[in-house]
Formats: sequence, structure tokens, C-alpha cells
Amino acid sequence: MNAATTPSQRPRDAKLLVIDAQGRFEHAWRARLADFLRTDDLLVANDAATLPASLTGVHERSGATIEVRLAGRRSLAADDVQEFSAIVFGAGDHHTRTEARALPPPLHRGDTLRLGPLRAQVLRLLDHPRLIALRFEGTPDGIRAGIARHGRPIQYAHVPQPLALWDVWTTVAARPVAFEPPSAGFVLDWRLLATLQARGIGFATLTHAAGISSTGDAALDARLPFDEPYELPASTVHAIAQTHKRGARVIALGTTVARALEHAASLHRPLQAGAGVATERLGAHTRLRIVDALISGTHEPGSSHHALLRAFVEDGVLRRADAALAQHGYRTHEFGDSVLIERAAAPAAPSAHTRDAVAA
Amino acid sequence: MKSATMNKTARTLNPPLRVAITGGTSGLGLALVKALHARGDQVAFVARDAERVARTARSLPGTHGIRGDVADKHDTHVIAQQINAALGGLDLLIHNASSLGPVPLALLADTDCEDLEAALATNLVGPFRLTKALLGALAASAREGRPALVVHISSDAAVNAYAGWGAYSASKAAFLHLGRIWDEELRGHGVHVIGFDPGDMDTPMHAQAVPDADPATLKAPAQAARELLALVDPWWARQTEAA
Repeated sequence: MNAATTPSQRPRDAKLLVIDAQGRFEHAWRARLADFLRTDDLLVANDAATLPASLTGVHERSGATIEVRLAGRRSLAADDVQEFSAIVFGAGDHHTRTEARALPPPLHRGDTLRLGPLRAQVLRLLDHPRLIALRFEGTPDGIRAGIARHGRPIQYAHVPQPLALWDVWTTVAARPVAFEPPSAGFVLDWRLLATLQARGIGFATLTHAAGISSTGDAALDARLPFDEPYELPASTVHAIAQTHKRGARVIALGTTVARALEHAASLHRPLQAGAGVATERLGAHTRLRIVDALISGTHEPGSSHHALLRAFVEDGVLRRADAALAQHGYRTHEFGDSVLIERAAAPAAPSAHTRDAVAA
Repeated sequence: MKSATMNKTARTLNPPLRVAITGGTSGLGLALVKALHARGDQVAFVARDAERVARTARSLPGTHGIRGDVADKHDTHVIAQQINAALGGLDLLIHNASSLGPVPLALLADTDCEDLEAALATNLVGPFRLTKALLGALAASAREGRPALVVHISSDAAVNAYAGWGAYSASKAAFLHLGRIWDEELRGHGVHVIGFDPGDMDTPMHAQAVPDADPATLKAPAQAARELLALVDPWWARQTEAA
């Protein structure tokens, strides 16, 4: 698949591959998304706004130029902004493919990083030359202002032009806790939300700190996604219970939504509102408890996003889908085309959410 | 004032509001920051001058001062991001920052295009952009059963045509109408937008516009702030009852 190279969230020619529960395919314009949702269905989006998580600066001890990409945090608590995990690169920028980026200078615990107006200390090395835990100096307000003023959105070589925050915030973006955009949500605009409302299709959100999608290092990439904190509002929990009670579908807009909901469901039955940290990876082994269908970007086989799709359909269907996406010229990456995948109809076992509906 | 007392009582029943105010270091904006801070709401305020922002934030511990210029496109997301991050969401957005246009006030025929554009940037386009960037947070608040209200600080000059007030007046008229369209379009999502005319106040801006006005004839900004909150609180109580 070719990468989408211009940062347009809703290009008119965006495509949507719809895969239904029987494994049948339909190719559609993505602008028609609402036509594939049904009355009483619930669309759940990730309303995280994207941080400008790329911070350039200097490694004080060596004087070397570095780029720090914030990649993880412990919680979404407003004042928990001192400590982050981060990927560190040497000199260079997003024009160089991530795989070809220079390593940072050797980093040691206690090293100082000067990042524009911000200063940070290396708190811990995390078993890889690019992966550290850091701690910013200063007050939460000062740290937030420093990141807001100095940071740039993380971006990759397939989009050459520098991204602005408005390129990567979805129209429902709220708290800035995502390190890369929850890009499945780019499909949303307020006209679509009004259409959903008019057709009796529910809309709800959760907030999930979507992490970075590529580190440029195969060993590190294999560990993605890192642990991601999320918060699930009571109103969304209530809407999910109502949806399943009515026998309608919960449709996750983006893999981060699926990850958060299924993690929350693995902790408490019925689902409970509140904060959590998604630690599990979804895949072929996952028994989906909440999510009935997923809307996602198109992803290359081998990526963690692609592996997640195996929770929804059998590998045979996925292979046919990969072939169909390639054959029909679907574009990949965050500004690319989309798929809507309904969980394969399970012939024997009773569906997971039949039991949830009773519990709710 | 009776209504203020009543609504102070009602206010304590609700959780603290998460409020953002532009133009928060002087005049009505500062009075609102002080009033909301005093009653325990979570307040973030925006203003252009870093020193004044820092001083105001220091004098009102717990408030979040954000340096930024609403008229500058490149500041919109810088500001919005800090508001959402500091408050963890947003219930009430008060567009108070305002530009007079040419000072001293000028007849339209003597007004430079650039002065009109500057007034429109601060009084119309800037708040439009900031509302747009904060709409996700406001709508999330509404979905969670919290208030989601945007206040456009208006003026009688938005309605009446006063000679010499052209740039300000035209931008304020457009701003007031912008709020009415927003309200039509967003009501279905639980986000409400209202205009509020505080009247002639004893503020630095009024002194710029009418240098020889007698301050004794002007309303204290603190009084206008109380009047606005006396509108907002019962509005929120009604929304809660209706839900």
C-alpha cells in the first residue's frame, strides 16, 4: 500500500473497506460511513488531543543535538506531567526515515536534557539506547507551557511538510494526552455527528493516551504499543450497557478505543467508569467482550495495529483484506483510507456481550 | 444583591466549574478570574503579557495563567492545549479579550484597513478559532452531564451604531451573531453559547475609548462579573433539572 502523504483529515476521495461478520467485502467512499452504522449502534471515539510530543534540544553533557519524542506517561491526572517515557534520537528530523535515524549520544542516569525552554533529567535508562524515563524540572503549568510552545507533533518521513497541531487534532479533541493522533477519528466532523444523532446512532468518547506507532528500531517496535493510560467516563459506560441491552453494536473508532474498552472489560464486569492503564495487546488470542466492530486506518501486516485486527476476524479474511486493499489502491498511515471490520459471527459460543447485557 | 446570594447557595451544590477566560489580567476578565477563584472554581486565564500573567497567577494561587494572543492563529492550539491540560476538561469558556480598534477612536473614514483587521482578529476570528479548538472538550463535558457554555462578552455597540466606534462595533456585532449561529448548531450536542453585555465599566479599555469619562458613572468590573455569574449559575441549574 502507498502512504498518504498530505495531512488532510477528510479527503473527498477517502475510501472505506467494509468487512461484515460473514467476511464479505464492500468498497465504499468513507464519506458514506454513517450508512454502514445502524440505529441504536454506538460509535465510541478517543477524544484525546495530540501533544506536540517531539522536543528538539541538546544533551548537555555531550553537547549533542537530540530529538526527544515523549512516548508514555503513568496516568492522565492533570498534574502528572513531570515524568514521561521517551524515545531519543540523535541529530536529524522527520525527513529521515525513522529506521535510518542516528542514535542519541550515550545517555546516563542523571544527564540533563535542554529542550527549548524546558529542562529534563534522565531518570532511568529503559534497556534500550533510545528508550528512557525522564523528569521535567519546574511546575506543572510551566511544563505544560514549555511543551505547548516548543513541541512539534511527532511525524514521519512519509509526510514531508511540517505538521501543525490543527493537522493532528481530531474535531473532538479534548485533553492533550495522545503522543500521536488517534487518527481513526480524523473521519469525524460535526456534520457526521449531527447525522448520527438524526439517525439514532449513539456517539460516546473515552480518553486514551495513544502512544507512538514507530520507534525506528525493530526490537523496540515489537514491544509496541507501550502501556497506555485511559479514562472511561460514566456516560460512555452507560451508553455501552444500553447498546448491548438493545442488541445493537458497539463500534470502536480506532484501535486505541478497542484496547481501552477491552482492557476495562478484563478488569471489571460489568464495565466500570474510571481510570486504567491498558497493558495487554489485542490479537488472535483476544476474546472480545465489548467491541463488536472496529473502524481503523489500513495497516501493514506485521504492525501491532494489524495484529490487533486478528481479534476481529480470522487470518484468512485478513489476508484477503490485505490483498483487496493493495489491489484497490487504498492508502495507508494516519492520513490514509479506512476499514470497518465487524467481529466475525461466532457460530458456536454465545456472544460475550449477551452476558454483559444481563450483567448491566 | 439578592440574586447573587441565592445563587451562591445553589452554587455550593455543584462541583467546581472548569473555566477559561481570555483577557484575564485586567478589567472584567480579571474580575471574573477573582470571583471564580474566590468561590473555588478551577480557573485558567489567558493574556498577552507574560509578566502580568505571572503576577496574576501568583496573586491567585491555584489559577492557571497562560500567555497567549487570541488574535494569533499560531497561538490558538497552544492556548487550547494548556487550558484542557490544566483543567482536565472545560465547562465554561468566556471570550472576554477584546480590541478597541484604533485608539483614539476614529471615524470609519479615517480608520486604516489594518486597524479594522486587527479588531476583527481579536474580537471575531480569534474567538472563533479558540471555540473550535475547545469544542471537543466542551462537548465531552456536555456528554458527561456537566455544563458546556461559551460566553461572548458583548457590548451595546454590537447592537447600536455609534459614530467613532466603527471597527469595534462592527467586529462586536459580528461576534454577537457568531455566537447565535454557534448556539443554533451546537445546542444539539449540549453546548450552549450566549452573549453578555456587561455595560459601561470602569476598565482600562473604557478609559482608552473615553478618556474623560467620570469613573463614578461607570460600573465596577466586579459588579459586572457578579451579574454574569448570576446568569450562568441559574442557567446551569435549569440544565441540570431538564436533564
